[in-house]
Amino acid sequence: MPHRTFWLFIAPSGIAMLLFIALPIVSVIVQSLHIENEKVLIVSESCGPFGCKETTRVDEEASAALNAERPLGRFNGIGTYTNRNHLAFEEVSAAWSGRSSFADFVDGVMNLPFYKALVFTLTYTFVSTPFVLALGFTLALAVNSLHRWLKGVVIFATLLPFIITPLIGSLVLFWMIDADGIIGKTLQFIFDNPELSLKASPALTWITIITYGIWHSTPFAFIVFYAGLQTVPGETLESAMIDGASRWERTRYVVIPYLAPLVVFVCLIHLMDAFRVFEPIVGFNASANATSLSWIIYNDLSQEVQLFGSAGATSVLTIIGVMILLAPVVWLTWRDYRSA
Amino acid sequence: MSHESATQHRSTPLLIATSAFIFIWLIVAAFPFFWTMWGSFKIQADFFSKSDWSNAVTGVNTTARYGHAFTGVAYEGAWVQQDFWRAAVNSLIVTVSVVVISLTFGTLGGYALARSTARYAFALLIVALIFRAMPHITLVSGYLLPFFKLNIWGYLPTAIIVLVAINQPFTLWMLRSFFMNVPRELDESALVDGCTRGQAFCYVIMPVMWPGVITTGLFSFLLAYNDFAVTATILNQHNQTMVPKIASFLGTTQTEGNVMFAVASVVSATAPLFVLVLVFQRNIVSGLTAGAVKG
Amino acid sequence: MKFNQTLVASAIALSAGGAFALASSNAIADCAISVDTAEISVLGNEFPAIQAIVGAAEGCSTDGVTFASNLTKEHREIQVAALTADPSEYTVAVVANSTLVTLMNDGLVRPLNALIDEHAPDLPDNLKITVGDDVMAIAFMANAQHLMYRQDILEQAGVEVPTSYEEVLAAAAAIKEAGLIEYPLTGTYKSGWNLAEEFVNMLMGFGGDMFMDGSAEPNLDSDEAKAALAMMKSLTEFMNPDFLTFDSTIAAAEFEQGKAAMMNMWGSRAGSVLDDEGAAEGVVENIGFASAPTVGGGDVPASTLWWDGFTIATNTSDENAVASFQAMVSSVSDEVANANADAAVWLMAGYEPTQAAEGVLATASAGAQPYPMLPYIGLMHTALGNELVEFLQGSESAEQALADTEAAYRAAAEEAGFL
Repeated sequence: MPHRTFWLFIAPSGIAMLLFIALPIVSVIVQSLHIENEKVLIVSESCGPFGCKETTRVDEEASAALNAERPLGRFNGIGTYTNRNHLAFEEVSAAWSGRSSFADFVDGVMNLPFYKALVFTLTYTFVSTPFVLALGFTLALAVNSLHRWLKGVVIFATLLPFIITPLIGSLVLFWMIDADGIIGKTLQFIFDNPELSLKASPALTWITIITYGIWHSTPFAFIVFYAGLQTVPGETLESAMIDGASRWERTRYVVIPYLAPLVVFVCLIHLMDAFRVFEPIVGFNASANATSLSWIIYNDLSQEVQLFGSAGATSVLTIIGVMILLAPVVWLTWRDYRSA
Repeated sequence: MSHESATQHRSTPLLIATSAFIFIWLIVAAFPFFWTMWGSFKIQADFFSKSDWSNAVTGVNTTARYGHAFTGVAYEGAWVQQDFWRAAVNSLIVTVSVVVISLTFGTLGGYALARSTARYAFALLIVALIFRAMPHITLVSGYLLPFFKLNIWGYLPTAIIVLVAINQPFTLWMLRSFFMNVPRELDESALVDGCTRGQAFCYVIMPVMWPGVITTGLFSFLLAYNDFAVTATILNQHNQTMVPKIASFLGTTQTEGNVMFAVASVVSATAPLFVLVLVFQRNIVSGLTAGAVKG
Repeated sequence: MKFNQTLVASAIALSAGGAFALASSNAIADCAISVDTAEISVLGNEFPAIQAIVGAAEGCSTDGVTFASNLTKEHREIQVAALTADPSEYTVAVVANSTLVTLMNDGLVRPLNALIDEHAPDLPDNLKITVGDDVMAIAFMANAQHLMYRQDILEQAGVEVPTSYEEVLAAAAAIKEAGLIEYPLTGTYKSGWNLAEEFVNMLMGFGGDMFMDGSAEPNLDSDEAKAALAMMKSLTEFMNPDFLTFDSTIAAAEFEQGKAAMMNMWGSRAGSVLDDEGAAEGVVENIGFASAPTVGGGDVPASTLWWDGFTIATNTSDENAVASFQAMVSSVSDEVANANADAAVWLMAGYEPTQAAEGVLATASAGAQPYPMLPYIGLMHTALGNELVEFLQGSESAEQALADTEAAYRAAAEEAGFL
């Protein structure tokens, strides 16, 4: 395809992405390299309905003058990236040199917000991905073998977790899994433990959120795999059958290799979404026991004093994390691309 | 079709296992939704009961209040008192526009990416992937100040174009893989016959692309329909779409009674999706079959 | 600190059966807007009291004066950007103690002195939020966390209404021992903002301070802070083990459905706790409100006082500012307060408090401190909310949790330019 035609065709989508994704990313990177100008503090009396008190406040004029001089703030290099609320180089090396045992070092690192969030994010990503793939694939095989008129209903019901608004989905589930809710009570009955509460301990909260993630994402994997199954050539299967291959062997040696590109596609999308896990943490009020990188960003941006630089640094680290995760997938795609 | 020959050789244990598996999955997948639907006809004391979950099933408090175990007050409150219909109209405008614009941009771009063999085309694909990795909340907070300065904050078109842009990486990747499955010979013969690239695209390629377009469109639809991060922060109250409106029923302190408006509006908001999935179910499958799948 | 006279007067009025008529608000500007064309637009939170005020102000719109409002939970995320633009998207921002300082840091709200002199010269002083010489906001309602309890349960357990947290613990133990309720206490201990607020309350009760005097340096390595944490820990032992997920909605639901006998809850929820919506049989008629308890032998309640009020944007035309001020100030009236008496504890002079206001008024008259209006307090609040969790879960010592909080705060404050 001629270069000119290519750019013409890609222009609308390219411009949209440039304006609304690339530019914000650039500004986020710039912000993350700066910290705000020093605030000039003064003490004055402030009064309200509850009386008067000497309080510290920001001298607006003096601070405005500093901001006019340096509108971006003070350049800080990667200082924000390495501070205690992000990669925490100093604290990590202090934990290393002051360790009494390796477990002690791990404790020290896990006490830092970024690493705590990273560990949950990675656990969530790596535990949910195989489940989503396996469950989606098994479902696709099972539904594919159903009678035709049953298929419609089942596919439709299967898609429900994917299409229900996450915000409300997690609210309803939050009440259902409450120790007094229907699922909570059922679990207490099953495990014969009236004290069981999914919200009280970190381990159970993790399991709950991961289960929710699998529940929410499986339909996407299912629908893609199910569609893929429809394209498996009948002749290949039949010849495999004539060769005496069992059902398992046919699945293992014919169907799975045929669907391999699809697995890559689902993996790509799910890894990326899982790495940004956020809604269930808010929906389940779970931030005491589980935090994720996206949650840290939200935490920086939703407080009274918004920390754009800090949120920017975490965002950039998230993107880097996603790139590392996806590197093998991208490498595979690149190989296919060159051979195509 | 493969499954027919497969079905003939089905062993009984496998059949039982499959049926049991599907049955359990159906309960897991659909139960929370039916629970919500059932509960939307109750009052808050029943559906969000701390003392006894079975109140949500029997509706004792609802009966005590309204003389019947089912009541439509939550629906009435949401749709009539709280103008949920306005949010529904906004949602309709936003989702339809997002789908149409996304697909227009996406088919053009996806086609170019599928047909170009240049290295920069691959680089673009990867850049799109990185774009998709950006957490939405960071993007949105970056939009606020420029949007306020340009005085375009709060309006539906702004939300539409932002959602289109955010949605482009996925749309491009998906449509590209569909186009990869349309044989190149088709373009080439059209070009030989004297068509321009544009004509070949419109008259030769697009007609065979509909399944892929419909599938991708459905995913765009779901994204725009369910979006919260963008619509909650860049639309003003008057232009709110359904999801932020539902969130506003919950509020900061979840004023009692309003929570049930949220539940009722969730059920209302999911109803069109039911219809949509039922109607397009066949297309989702055939659409994916035609394309995405080949990666 | 001298507590404002109006509130005390209101409290007296309440005890006298509400027959105590105070100065009427007729002197406050009525709804005549003195400019012909202007745009008024209001940004604020969405709870009922703010809805009432903004709804009343909307009545001032005329042919030439348009009125728009955006009352939403997301107001905090957009307010700085919305008021930074010139002209700003909103002419009025409804704020609280904690949000006013954020807007003032960047000079986004204008001093109201001239507007008050010209258009509302009789505005009572207790409604004015003054910083230095400038009036920056007009407050209209107060809020505080205070004790809500079940009279019947306390009686059955044979204990008096507690006035200190030590008594709360004793009462909880008595209730538990009598087998009345398994988890007698509940509260807003959700990790994050709620948990930090509980800590601030408790620290105030002990007379502690979060910062070094006159600077943004943290000062958490204190006996008061450790005592506050220890008291919180003892309280949580009488709470449902899920307490770190309890925000005010869930805590109130626990209480209303008879799952808890005492909680330290926001006054703004008193109205909805008292109505029979969502309550179990026999709960509502036995609910009592009292001042937040004191702690550690201190004499001020372990609670913080909050106000909500309105501000006028800097980056808007003077016409818009005048119209906005007149519309908003006209809604800060006795009529609005009394028509929505249960929605909030109003600060207007002629407000006749209802039962729902008892707790806040008692807490205020007992001398509770206002939530500190410091530019960097938001950063500290966030750090507390995240870093104290592990202590309450039992996986960290109080010293470690406080040290972590200081470290997290320090990193954030350095980035924001305060340190």
